[in-house]
Formats: sequence, C-alpha cells, structure tokens
Amino acid sequence: MAITMAQAINAALRDAMEADDRVLIFGEDVGRLGGVFRVTDGLQATFGEERCFDTPLAESGIIGTAIGLAMYGFRPVPEMQFDGFTYPAFEQIVSHLAKMPNRSRGTVKLPVTVRIPYGGGIGAVEHHSESPEAYWAHTAGLKVMTPGTPEDGYAMMREAIAMDDPVIFLEPKRRYWMKSDAELPITTQPAREAVVRREGTDVSVFCYGPMVRTALEAADAAADEGWSLEVVDLRSLSPLDTATMVASVERTGRAIVVHEAAMTLGMGAEIAARIQERAFYHLEAPVLRATGYDTPYPPAKLEEFWLPDVDRILDMVERSMSY
Amino acid sequence: MADHAIDPRSLLPPDEPVHLLDPDGTLHEDDDHPLELDDEQLRELYRFMVVTRKVDREAINLQRQGQLGVYASCMGQEAAQVGSAYALAEDDWIFPSYRELGAALVRKVDAAGLLHLYRGTWLSDHDPYAHNFALMSIPIGTQALHATGLAMGAQRDGNAIAVITYFGDGGTSEGDPHEAMTFAGVMRSPVIFFVQNNQYAISVPLEKQTAAPTLAHKAVGYGMPGYRVDGNDVLATYAVTKRAVERARRGEGPAFIEAMTYRMEAHTTSDDPSRYRTQEELDEAAKTDPIARMRNLLTQRDLYDEELEQAIDEQAKETAAYVRAGIYDASHGDPLELFEHVYVDPTGHFEDQREQLRAELASSADGDGEEVA
Ligand SMILES: Cc1ncc(C[n+]2csc(CCOP(=O)(O)OP(=O)(O)O)c2C)c(N)n1
Repeated sequence: MAITMAQAINAALRDAMEADDRVLIFGEDVGRLGGVFRVTDGLQATFGEERCFDTPLAESGIIGTAIGLAMYGFRPVPEMQFDGFTYPAFEQIVSHLAKMPNRSRGTVKLPVTVRIPYGGGIGAVEHHSESPEAYWAHTAGLKVMTPGTPEDGYAMMREAIAMDDPVIFLEPKRRYWMKSDAELPITTQPAREAVVRREGTDVSVFCYGPMVRTALEAADAAADEGWSLEVVDLRSLSPLDTATMVASVERTGRAIVVHEAAMTLGMGAEIAARIQERAFYHLEAPVLRATGYDTPYPPAKLEEFWLPDVDRILDMVERSMSY
Repeated sequence: MADHAIDPRSLLPPDEPVHLLDPDGTLHEDDDHPLELDDEQLRELYRFMVVTRKVDREAINLQRQGQLGVYASCMGQEAAQVGSAYALAEDDWIFPSYRELGAALVRKVDAAGLLHLYRGTWLSDHDPYAHNFALMSIPIGTQALHATGLAMGAQRDGNAIAVITYFGDGGTSEGDPHEAMTFAGVMRSPVIFFVQNNQYAISVPLEKQTAAPTLAHKAVGYGMPGYRVDGNDVLATYAVTKRAVERARRGEGPAFIEAMTYRMEAHTTSDDPSRYRTQEELDEAAKTDPIARMRNLLTQRDLYDEELEQAIDEQAKETAAYVRAGIYDASHGDPLELFEHVYVDPTGHFEDQREQLRAELASSADGDGEEVA
C-alpha cells in the first residue's frame, strides 16, 4: 500500500490513541481542521473533543498544560504548529519538561511527545522553515527523534508515545508527501539505532530527517562519478548512536555530516567531535559538513541557494576524497 | 466552552478587599462569606500560622549559619497562605512558587525536604504525589500552566477536584499565568489563581508592575471572577478561597484571587530591602500582622489560654528542630545520582559520561585519599 509520511504519522497517532485512552492530542487547529498539514486529520471525529482538541493560540500554554496533564497521568502529544513558533514554549520545554523528572528524583514522569513540523524547502514565508534541533539535543532530559522515511514516521511515532521520557518529535515537513510502499502497522529498528540506508566504501554521509532523501540522491549522483557513499540515517539526535557512526567511519575513513540547520554548533559539530574522538586513526580526511549557512533562514526565493543539496554534498565528497 | 453571554460586571472585584477580622480581633460576619469553622479549626488556623513563622525564622537562621545557600521568607504572608491552603480538601492540588512554606505546612509536606532546594542538596526532596503538592517553581509564573494542565486532566477523568496555584504580584506580568488563565477560562478548568500581592517583586513596587485598577480586575479579561481579599486576615482568605474552590469543584470554572499582604522580610536572604523601602513603611505594615489579630479573636472568645500557647509553642519548636536536624550539615548524596533521574531510559553517550564521573570519583578517592560522597 502506498502511504505518505503524513499519512503514516496520522496512522501512528490513531493507533496510539486506540491502544491507550490516556493519549491526548492537542494544539492549534489540530482538532476540527486536522492540523495545517492534516497530520491529525480525522482524530477528533473518531476520538472526540476530549481527546483531540484545539487549544488557544499559546505555545507556552500548550507545553505547560501538557506537563500538568502528564503529571495527572495522561500521555499528551501536543503539536507546535511550526518550527519557528516553538520559541514561545522554550522555557516550558527547557526549564520544566526536560528538568522536572530529574528535579523530582524520578517521582514525576513526563511522557510527553512534542510534535514539531520542521525544516525548509517548501517555499514558505519567514519563520516556517527552521531547524531548531540543536536546541533540543543540547538539553539534557529530552529525547529528540526525526524520521526520514514514512515507515519511520509510523514506527518512531509509536515508540515516542510509548516512551516514559519526554520526546521532541521533529517531522520533516517537506517529506510529508514522500511515499513508501508499506503495510500498517510498521515496525522498524528502535529509534536509538542509526540505520545504514545505503552501503558504500568511500565516504560516510550522516544525515537525518529531510536530508535522508537528499543524501540518497547524492549517493546516486556520486556513483556516476565513481564515488561510493554510505548513507547513515541517524533517526535519533538525542541520544546519538555513536557506535554505528564510528563503525561506518572505520569502514570508509571519511565522513560528511548533512543537515539543513546552520553550521555553527549544529548537530554536525557534535558528530564531528565524536568521530574524531573515537575513530581518529581511521580518518583519511577531516570530517566535513554540508549544512545551511550561518545566516537567518532565507526568503523563499533564495532558499535553494541556502539549503544543502546534492551539489553541496558532492562538493564536500570531492573535498574529502582529495585528502 | 466559555459563556460569552456572561455579564462582565459579575466578574469584577469588590471595591474593597473582603475583610472579616479587624486587627483588634473584632469579627465581622458576612453572609456572602460564611466561615462555618468550629473553635478547634479557629485554633488550628492560628497554630499553622505560628508554626509557619517559627519554621520560617529557623530557615533564615540556617541561612545565616551557612546551612542554606539562600531562603525566601514568607513572614507577613502566613494568613494568605494558611487561609487559602486550609480551604482545600486533601485531594485538591497545590502548585506553589518558591515562597509557600505556609501552604506546605498546612499540607503536611516535609519542610526539611522542601528546603533541600535552598541547601543545594538536591533540587527538591518531596514526592509531589504524597500530598498533592507540586515541586517549587522558580521561573516566575510557569507553574500556573502546570496547575491548569493538571486540572484539565482531572476534568477529563471526571474527578471533581480543585487546583490552586500561587504566584506573586510580579508574576502577573509574566506570560505564562496569562496563557494559563486563558486556557482555564476557555476550558472552565477548576483552577484558583491565587496571587499574593505582597507589594514588591524583589525591589519593584506594584505601581511599576501594572496599570490595572487592581490585579483582580485582570480576571475579567479571561472570563473568570476576580476576588480581592485582605490577605492578612486568615478568616477572610479562607472564606474567599473556599467559595472559589467550591465553585470550581461544581464545574463552574476558574477564579482569580488577589490577596493583599506585605512581605515583612527581605525578598530573599540575599536581598537588601533598605535600598527600596523605608523603616516607616515596615512599621506601618507590622500593624496589620496576621498572627496578632487571630490571637486577639481567640482571646476574646476565651479560646486562648496559657495551655494552648504552650502547646503551640512546643509544636513550633519541634517542627523547627525537625527542619534543623534535616538540614544541618546534611551531606550531598552520591554524585552519580546526577545521572539517575534524567531519563527513565538512559542510553548512549549519557552512559559514557556516567562512567567518566565514576572514574573521577574513584581516582580522587584513592589518588589523594579524599573522601567523596
Ligand atoms: C522568569 C523569571 N524571571 C526572573 C526571575 C528572578 N526573580 C526571582 S523572584 C523575582 C520577583 C518575583 O516577584 P513576585 O512575583 O511578586 O513574587 P514574590 O517574590 O514577591 O513572592 C524575580 C524577578 C525568575 N525567578 N524567573
């Protein structure tokens, strides 16, 4: 059956609500409208307004009340409508969602899954294309996941909702319409394990979310040039599967990290550090990064010049191979 | 859903704060705010206030002796806290800020446990579920949202409890209480937003905090009644809170209470209030002391005698001694606990760092003979 990432996530939410009546979905326009991307389509009709509801337009309010609902015993799955509008909730996420279980010595559990459509490439207006993953991955107490395929959209969402830790679930919005052939329910590896999407011998390409597909396209193009890329989909950004990354670099001797987020202090910085800490003697070249630039996200007409793409990845491959 | 046909005048606060007990102990009964308290309960309210003041003083002393890093006193606010917390049933919830020692004692929360936050032993040391008393919250006003979320949970569960959240006059300027009141108003959640207007946010006086006629007027904008009460009058505070709590439990939605009070101590032990308020102002405020007027009432009613005084004094000393014993020279626990509660299911790199600390502890233990933990 052909299924898009948006449909896969929708099915995961539906199945999670079916399986556990403590699962609640709420946020801006998620109820009647089914979300601006329709990811929560039909859930209110099936499960009623008590379990899938529209909230007032207040992101801090959405996350803060999710914390209280979780303290009561629910498993909230709040939505932040867009990446660029998570910032009003920053304090609730960083100071409370991430910290309260620890502050309470484990007596308070916050099984909250915060859904955030993120990333660019859809020609959106300002504030609708951001990649804020480093903020969350930097914050102890949060788990951060991002699916790169429809299959993972389903399986990782189910896993996130079932977890007792708070999860920031980043949905690559430009891949919402990406299709796969799959039968529901889908099981994949646990989210904490990175997955080698394509084996290769020359360069390891570490990517996640929206860039998984881009990296696979780059691997096709690279093959024409005679370079064999290994594409590793990280899936979980916190924790990071260091072992799989290191094993890949031990095979290839070269590494490139790809992400949409700006370069400085992005995930690439952490990944490069871990690789040089653990695979130093295997490296034939410095770890390179193909990322967005250190500027604010560009206006829509310029995003193609800003976002990492096949060409930027191939440039890095060439640089890496030249060592 | 909010009732938009609501008459805004019905939500307005009274011209004067509700006040039942004069400083000389004269009680003005009020049919709108029936007390329905027996003699024992009157004594109990008094006792809670005296014990609170004693433990509060003990905490200040502990800070002066280097046992607490810092402490935020509730002296002067005992009636606001004790009166409101006393109006709750056992299954109601409290979401405090960092100054609610009085409310905690009414709830029988282990006060020594609470103070570990200020000692720095751990970030809290009480189980919120044991007394339905949430962790203290230092980021101003943020707890109002947790209270609202928990109330929304109770609504979904068909559990007719009320939830009270405390914040200060400064807190009314933060965004989170506004979002919380918006949510609670729309969803008719059983939340009492209880503001202790102690006149200052650290050094900033109320008139620099708001241009609203009173804080209670803000309630109208969220579609909930704004009550105002003399927060140094434990009986009025009790009665007004009780009315709000009963309404909330009946499903009639949230309420906002502004309790007029005064912070008699510094903002915290690190603060120097002489830079922003005068001795004359303090002397004036001392005349409205919440404890003295309750004692005057008990005396007038022949409910106060030497025996009671001694018994209360005894209990206050005992609680203070218990807190002192729990805090004094309390050692930090195992540093490895730093990693214990961060995740239910910790994995990856996180484990490596735990091992790194373990190794550091081991090498400092046998390396230079230093004791750890
Ligand atoms: C979000 C946030 N900003 C600033 C502070 C620093 N701070 C601690 S207490 C305080 C004043 C709070 O005043 P108020 O809300 O009136 O409560 P009170 O301390 O008088 O009980 C400030 C500014 C803080 N804790 N949290």
